[in-house]
Amino acid sequence: MIKGARVKVPRTASKGDVVRVRTKIPHPMETGWREDHEGNTVPRNRITRFVCTFEGREVFSADLHSGISADPYLSFFVRVSRSGTFECTWIADGDRTFTKSASIEVSEEAAV
Amino acid sequence: MSQLSKGQTRFSERGYDGKVLARRRFMAAAGGGLVLFAALGLLPRSGWASPRAAREKLAELTGGAKARKGRVTLRIPAVTDQASFVPISVRVDSPMTEADHVTAIHVLAERNTVPDVASFHLGPMNGKADISTRIRVRESQIILAAAVMNDGSVFLGRARCRIVGGAGGCG
Repeated sequence: MIKGARVKVPRTASKGDVVRVRTKIPHPMETGWREDHEGNTVPRNRITRFVCTFEGREVFSADLHSGISADPYLSFFVRVSRSGTFECTWIADGDRTFTKSASIEVSEEAAV
Repeated sequence: MSQLSKGQTRFSERGYDGKVLARRRFMAAAGGGLVLFAALGLLPRSGWASPRAAREKLAELTGGAKARKGRVTLRIPAVTDQASFVPISVRVDSPMTEADHVTAIHVLAERNTVPDVASFHLGPMNGKADISTRIRVRESQIILAAAVMNDGSVFLGRARCRIVGGAGGCG
């Protein structure tokens, strides 16, 4: 388990709003090409996939490759129509997964 | 009096003399060359990406559809010295409805060791096709962002990013 994974969404929103979801996870994203000071190749260790679901339904996913920085940060938008929980999953090499969720309170009246 | 004239000479030597600037350009080029050789030495096994490799990868990702200009806004700093953390954002001009939405955004770096950066999968539930992340840019190059629409059409956005000083992004 990686400590410090973060998922940030607004605490509240109105029905039909488009909210921004920002996620970040501490991870070295080793490419597998780098060498350490003794000349040994640092083994590959990357997060290859990211999936975000809202109340069980997939709303965003990403395939990450060597060009993504360490501590991958992702931000995207989702239209919300009811209160619920965003669950974000990062899948790393060796099928290790990390999960973090965040809840949002959606009020019934439409945005003015 | 003599001190003042000395100061003036120094000023002209340091900043605004054409010769000094030419030498600086040479030094920068030589430094860049050294970085390139170091990278080559460090990465003997990896493939050497080129704009052509990036185009081929793009064709593979989009199923060979011809990419058109427009609708994609790719924002990236024009110049940066932090090659391993370059913030980018890709915005696609799309209503994001069931009938007309973006299904995927592919980001490629023409001269990274491997051109793939990331692929994002979107749909009408996103409401807005706008993503941001941070990428590695190994050397000064053009970054591509291709948006695949639900009707299969592909729009391509591009932006140049210049890396000054420091090391490349993939080391």
